[in-house]
Amino acid sequence: MIQAIFFYIFAGIAVTMALMVVSAKNPMRSALALTGCLLSVACIFALQSAHLMAILQVLVYAGAIMVFILFVLMLLNLSPQELGERRVTVRRVAGAYLIGAVGTILMLRVTKHLWAPSSTLDPDFGTVKEVGTILYTKYLLPFEMVSLLLLAAIIGAVVLTRKEKGDGQ
Amino acid sequence: MTSETLVLSIILFGIGATGFVVRRNAIIVLMSVELMLNAANLAFIDFSRQHMDYTGHIYVFMIMTVAAAEAAVALAIVVQIFRARRVVNLDEINLMKG
Repeated sequence: MIQAIFFYIFAGIAVTMALMVVSAKNPMRSALALTGCLLSVACIFALQSAHLMAILQVLVYAGAIMVFILFVLMLLNLSPQELGERRVTVRRVAGAYLIGAVGTILMLRVTKHLWAPSSTLDPDFGTVKEVGTILYTKYLLPFEMVSLLLLAAIIGAVVLTRKEKGDGQ
Repeated sequence: MTSETLVLSIILFGIGATGFVVRRNAIIVLMSVELMLNAANLAFIDFSRQHMDYTGHIYVFMIMTVAAAEAAVALAIVVQIFRARRVVNLDEINLMKG
């Protein structure tokens, strides 16, 4: 019961913040709203007894990625005329309607199975020990490949932002 | 509570997809992508909980890493384009349009 109340509170915060991300004119405001949205989704992860993933969500998403986005926003320091976009176009209205239609269809499919009986939960489900054991035994190879992916991303980002010699900047 | 989580995931994904289609600021488009990835994570966690299986958690872990890598490379590209042409509006980045 108390879990359901908390779920609806965090779900409301997440949806409101997500709407602010999409609708805010200033990217800084939408970045801060995205941080709030990610934090409330982390709370929902914890409610779904995915404790390790909730911690990782706070550390990786709300911590690292959002700091990175905010850093780039402040680095670019956009002026109001650089931010200006046309407000309403045909493509925007059409796109919003299309997404709304797809969302409604998906929603109808899911709500058919609403109130599915939930099975009893092992109290250890989703703890760091359980997920870590699986991650380092059964999924060891994908885990190592992820580190290669991160290495490639680091090298790619450094090479992309490097200034050419004699660029004059 | 499981189906409600799925519905929340659909709503968040829809909002993110709308932002991806509608907004033209490169960084806001990137944030919409993050929102969509996050909605997918929510669905994975929910299915994992339903089936008492850890594969969903592993997927969420992988998606988080991919999101971090994608954000790093995409923001590097945005910074480079802004340095070269002083624009972040995706409609004005049309140099490669035939």
